Amino acid sequence: MLHTVNKSPYEKGSLDTCLRLAKQGSTILLIEDAVYAAITGSSLESKIRQASKQYEFCVLGPDLKARGLDEAKLIDSIRVVDYGGFVDLAVSHDRVQSWL
Amino acid sequence: MLEVNGKILETDDEGYIENMDDWSPEIAERMAANDDCELTDNHWEVIKLMRNYYEEYKISPTVRVLTREIRKTLGADKGNSRYLYALFPYGPIKQAGKYAGLPKPSTCV
Amino acid sequence: MCINRRAPYGTIYALEGLEVVLMGAAFEQDISVVYLDDGVYQLKKGQDTTDSSIKNFSPTYRALASYGVEKLYVETESMEDRGLSEHDLIVPVKMISGAELTELMEQQDVILNY
Repeated sequence: MLHTVNKSPYEKGSLDTCLRLAKQGSTILLIEDAVYAAITGSSLESKIRQASKQYEFCVLGPDLKARGLDEAKLIDSIRVVDYGGFVDLAVSHDRVQSWL
Repeated sequence: MLEVNGKILETDDEGYIENMDDWSPEIAERMAANDDCELTDNHWEVIKLMRNYYEEYKISPTVRVLTREIRKTLGADKGNSRYLYALFPYGPIKQAGKYAGLPKPSTCV
Repeated sequence: MCINRRAPYGTIYALEGLEVVLMGAAFEQDISVVYLDDGVYQLKKGQDTTDSSIKNFSPTYRALASYGVEKLYVETESMEDRGLSEHDLIVPVKMISGAELTELMEQQDVILNY
């Protein structure tokens, strides 16, 4: 299953709940305000690094760029995808679940 | 707009009254008369059931749900859509619901 | 499956989630409904909006059974975090753990989140 998360982890529990309930081996794509979770040096970094052992993390590049976030500062286990990559992820997984 | 016993009630363009607490049986009679429909006891059973269902759940039933509720309380002879459409040819939920003073149902099913 | 994670009234999510379930039921879909995180507050007994001029849609959860929606699940952890128990809820539900929910989600054809 592909999970998308679009809320800032500092404002909403969407990412927390996704991490709590997504099955091991799932892919988690951070989009919109959830891209703030992908950056190093935050209070969340160790949590995301820990979760990276169980899940494949991706982040939507255009949403990082829009927010002035530098790809060089991404947590290294997170892969950047563009819109085409988002589509590829959606079709390569049997289902998509959007955590709002 | 609907005038019943000298009182004027606001309705929407399809004839639903705005506040279900303003409802009275006379209002149902008047709406039915406007549709050239004369209300019998059979009509009233359904109108009352629609009102009770809405009071209980704050939502209109679908035809399927209404049919099932009627089958439970009034029996299988009446708990079928042919019977309900014969009574309310404009659609039992819309027509009986309107006569019952309920808001316009949000769904079309 | 429809997953509800928001409290009622503060946002439109709860009402939208309820409507989509009723709509699906009207089209005879086999629907499971999950209440999770603040979504469990949607089922809290005793909601009364008379002083706040918004429609109290909590009685409509009781209509789900008459619409043929019988698979209602509530996550135990969300309930415990909020000090709620089954007696606080307006409808009968099945309590499941997060781990059970993970497995249940894997069995679904479609999952909608609200």
